Amino acid sequence: MSVDDRYNNLAHKSGGESASGEQHPTSTVATLAGRPLLSNAGIPLDLKWLQEVRVNTSAVERRAQTQVARRTVKKEWQAAWLLRAISCMDLTTLSGDDTDERVRRLCAKARQPIQQDLVQKLGIEDLGIKVGAVCVYHAFIETALHALEGSGIPVAAVSTGFPAGLSPLPERVAEIRRSVEAGAHEIDVVITRAHVFGGRWQALYDEVATFKQACGAAHMKVILGTGDLLTFRNVARASFVAMMAGADFIKTSTGKEPTNATLPVSLVMVRAIREYAQQTGMAVGFKPAGGIRTAKQSLDWLALMKEELGLSWMRAELLRFGASGLLGDIERQLEHYATGRYSAEYRHPIA
Amino acid sequence: MSIAEKFVSMEYGPAPEDPKEAGAWLERHGRRFELFIGGTWQPPTAGEYFDTTDPSNGEKLAAVAQGGVADIDSAVRAARAASPKWRALTPHARARYLYALARLVQKHSRLLAVLETMDNGKPIRESRDIDIPLVARHFYYHAGWAQLLEQEFPEHEPCGVVGQIIPWNFPLLMLAWKIAPALATGNTVVLKPAEFTPLTALLFAELCQEAGLPAGVVNIVTGDGRTGEALVKHPDVDKIAFTGSTEVGRAIRSATATSHKRLSLELGGKSPFIIFEDADLDSAVEGLVDGIWFNQGQVCCAGSRLLMQESIAEPLIAKIHDRMSTLRIGPPLDKAIDIGAIVARVQLDRIERMVAQGVADGATCWQPQVTLPARGFYYPPTLLSNVHPTSIVAQQEIFGPVLAAMTFRTPNEAVELANNTVYGLASCVWSENINVALHVAAQLKAGVVWVNCTNLFDAACGFGGYRESGYGREGGREGLLEYMEPTWFKHAPKLPAANALTPEKAVGQTEERPDASAPAIDRTVKLYIGGKQARPDSGYSMEVHAPDGRLLGEAPLGNRKDIRNAVEAARKAESWARATAHNRAQVLYYCAENLAQRQNEIVHRLSAAVGEKQAAAEVELGIERIFSYAAWADKFDGAVHNPPFRNISIAMNEAIGTVGVICPAEAPLLGFLSLVLPLLAVGNTVIAVPSERYPLITGDLYQLFDTSDLPGGAVNIVTGYASQLLKTLAEHDDVDGLWCYGDEATVSAAKAMSIGNLKQVWTNEGRVIDWFNPKLAEGRWFLEHATQVKNIWVPYGE
Repeated sequence: MSVDDRYNNLAHKSGGESASGEQHPTSTVATLAGRPLLSNAGIPLDLKWLQEVRVNTSAVERRAQTQVARRTVKKEWQAAWLLRAISCMDLTTLSGDDTDERVRRLCAKARQPIQQDLVQKLGIEDLGIKVGAVCVYHAFIETALHALEGSGIPVAAVSTGFPAGLSPLPERVAEIRRSVEAGAHEIDVVITRAHVFGGRWQALYDEVATFKQACGAAHMKVILGTGDLLTFRNVARASFVAMMAGADFIKTSTGKEPTNATLPVSLVMVRAIREYAQQTGMAVGFKPAGGIRTAKQSLDWLALMKEELGLSWMRAELLRFGASGLLGDIERQLEHYATGRYSAEYRHPIA
Repeated sequence: MSIAEKFVSMEYGPAPEDPKEAGAWLERHGRRFELFIGGTWQPPTAGEYFDTTDPSNGEKLAAVAQGGVADIDSAVRAARAASPKWRALTPHARARYLYALARLVQKHSRLLAVLETMDNGKPIRESRDIDIPLVARHFYYHAGWAQLLEQEFPEHEPCGVVGQIIPWNFPLLMLAWKIAPALATGNTVVLKPAEFTPLTALLFAELCQEAGLPAGVVNIVTGDGRTGEALVKHPDVDKIAFTGSTEVGRAIRSATATSHKRLSLELGGKSPFIIFEDADLDSAVEGLVDGIWFNQGQVCCAGSRLLMQESIAEPLIAKIHDRMSTLRIGPPLDKAIDIGAIVARVQLDRIERMVAQGVADGATCWQPQVTLPARGFYYPPTLLSNVHPTSIVAQQEIFGPVLAAMTFRTPNEAVELANNTVYGLASCVWSENINVALHVAAQLKAGVVWVNCTNLFDAACGFGGYRESGYGREGGREGLLEYMEPTWFKHAPKLPAANALTPEKAVGQTEERPDASAPAIDRTVKLYIGGKQARPDSGYSMEVHAPDGRLLGEAPLGNRKDIRNAVEAARKAESWARATAHNRAQVLYYCAENLAQRQNEIVHRLSAAVGEKQAAAEVELGIERIFSYAAWADKFDGAVHNPPFRNISIAMNEAIGTVGVICPAEAPLLGFLSLVLPLLAVGNTVIAVPSERYPLITGDLYQLFDTSDLPGGAVNIVTGYASQLLKTLAEHDDVDGLWCYGDEATVSAAKAMSIGNLKQVWTNEGRVIDWFNPKLAEGRWFLEHATQVKNIWVPYGE
């Protein structure tokens, strides 16, 4: 079966033009260098494209290293950027000891990520800053939905045998369906890393496309497990396959790998997103997850998005930080901006 | 604008580095600086000062002394006075001083960085993250060399007093590149900073005081071109090290020709930046940012000529446009600025003029939509595409943020285009295929090749160019050698002038007379060009006489056309340069074997000119010398450096190319072999002019080469009057190097006449070389001059 045949079959099965099976919106969701982009509907697997992927590790590392030194934001600009980081945050709890009460606490923080007096000091009442989403295990979707009711904050659930992603495919697909039925707005899926190591791009494509179909209207973030994939070329190729198969977001890692989001690996993925957008006219979001703990780091990532992709990718629609500890540090920095004094962690309400 | 508005716009906003401390430093000096001579600050004799300004806003920073001839003289005298004690210090003591300087640079790193940016206009990110850390690194590295000097360079001496002239593009870094190796090797220094950017050198003078450096070891004399000229022409300066334009380099070569000043020149470039279709294009584009949009493109090794494989030209240009659009140009003290100010109005004018010329030549000019600051000297990042090699912007150094783009079809064409320049400083090759990258790197005529990276520097890796990009290296072991000389050579006596040289006085001359009953020599000796015996173009011969006046025979009288033919033959004999070292060794051994076989007859003939004893010694030692260089051929290795990056940096000893040799008179055979053999051993091709004293040796030599499998053209021999042939060789632009061994007048002439293509000239400085002493007359010292180092940087990682 040729690549195109496979795609046609898939499209046929889903009854539409896209791998996702839904009629994708024709409205512009982003612009890249002035060019309007649509949301990602996927394309047939293009093996030639994958073969042409070139990533030079040292050069990528150097760019990531100097990028941080080339850009900085200060004073009120920094405050604004930090607020933006909050608005792009997937406030996350993914622990074995999670409870309903713990999730409710997290949701309360998501609604009001910055304490009221600080909001007033910054003069940003009208912005109504809240986080991008709350990210939990399937078991807590309902709890989170209740806790976030009326806030407009979407609930994201990790799925597909998170974090290893090695349970049988039907179970993983069923898991997505259950979460979608439970009301999750966003599903974070993990890929089978073995497909990447084995160069089984068709299998990877089919897997992600199947996930996408199961997600239906829910936004799908595809976790590549970059800490497992290790090489940048693997990361780049996996990024392209995930996007071709219809990912709404590509996400670095589970947060459970030895190394999670790094700037170099993010640069590789972000460049893949750009290339994909330029080739297809469709925008895919980016979610670095794990390891981003400081306000300074969030600024570095925002600058990376601004430099490599532009303003569209500095909004929650196309950028999410997968983080649990980041918010606390951002609050302390904002407090410092507002008062000129360095703050202490315990002075800010925890999630 | 409120935070809420900024939340929407997500602009960067200003991020200025505070210039307060630098301002305070300037104020402490009353914004007026004198000359640093003999450890104290002295007003300029003529009382003249000039202003140095901040190019980002045109404001005056300070008045700086204009050093005159008298000031240069007192600085040189101070340096000379400090020299004996400084060179007599233990290397360990000098190491401590250099270590202290490295530490002080680090302690005052931000002040130095801010001051550099204010004076030069370069982004603070660059001065803070690149220039100043490299300065500290250079002093650390050379503190190490000072420590190891006696073990690693026995029997070497410092040059003495060194005059150093540095450019404005990397003011403090170029100072470090000059001063650190000079001090490490025991020299004392008079340094002239660039007129546009003298301030960090003056701050460095204070650091020298703080380090307790003995008075007079480092002298800083500010001023313009006149000051530099006074330094170059000062009779008591032993060496000139210059970084700057090729034009000025040429003038310095000319001005120092009649002196024994050693010279190292780091000049201009038009470095190729080659991108193959299998490169990581996004990274290659980022490489361009670090290449041509680094320091506003005011970088001698900037990758200013983009060579793109045709198949990727279109998408690559689109990527470059996109990237150029995100470059931020503005006040250089802003921490989030990529492109700062051009150093001065005159430079900005030059850039504008050259871009206009490029467009007139047919180039397409593209610039991103940027708003330039209202004040100060700024030029937007610029891409000139559809550039052809014939265009001025493809040939001449613009020294601005201007990239000239061309396409190529095959790796061979890439190399051809890359080497189609009078320069040879640096180059970049981008390909994910290591075979392609290294194959191309090996063929590029450039002192530095960066594979999949750009503008990386380190003290351990020598930096310097081929061709008109200058000669000598800075950094590494090879850079150190520029500041030292073998002790014996420094103290060797002068040769008598050639016209006073009677054969009886010649070195090694014996009192014995050849047998008067020897049969007359009636062989016809010819020139040897391209592996063939050739009659001279002139159709004339020159008589060759024995010391007693007897006619020994007639040698062909070569002229400029014969030299022309010989150079062409040498250029074509590339098979020799490409032969393996083992192969070259085999051929040289074979030469020795054949010389041994003819030993008696050659001794016999040579005796008529130099006496039996010397003739026997010349042939005997000649055989040994050939053996020696056959041995060296596969042993004069390069090195792998350890710069602080994840990469291997390969320092390759490469042949210079085609080299002319004016052979010494003292030993007609042994002198010839002593110079030609090291050149051959490392792969050069040679045009040799045997001494007029006994050019008949040519007949024996070509028989030797012919029977030893030496490829035609590897050695060419043209006999005739050295003074005439030297001129043609020195002025020939396709001759890459010139070794001239003769009296003072001859070697001065060789230097003076070589400025056309700035070929590397190596001479005996008119001194006596004892060709019969293998310790002095063969080995590394000769091989080092027969090669130039190419550093190939290869980062790795997956």
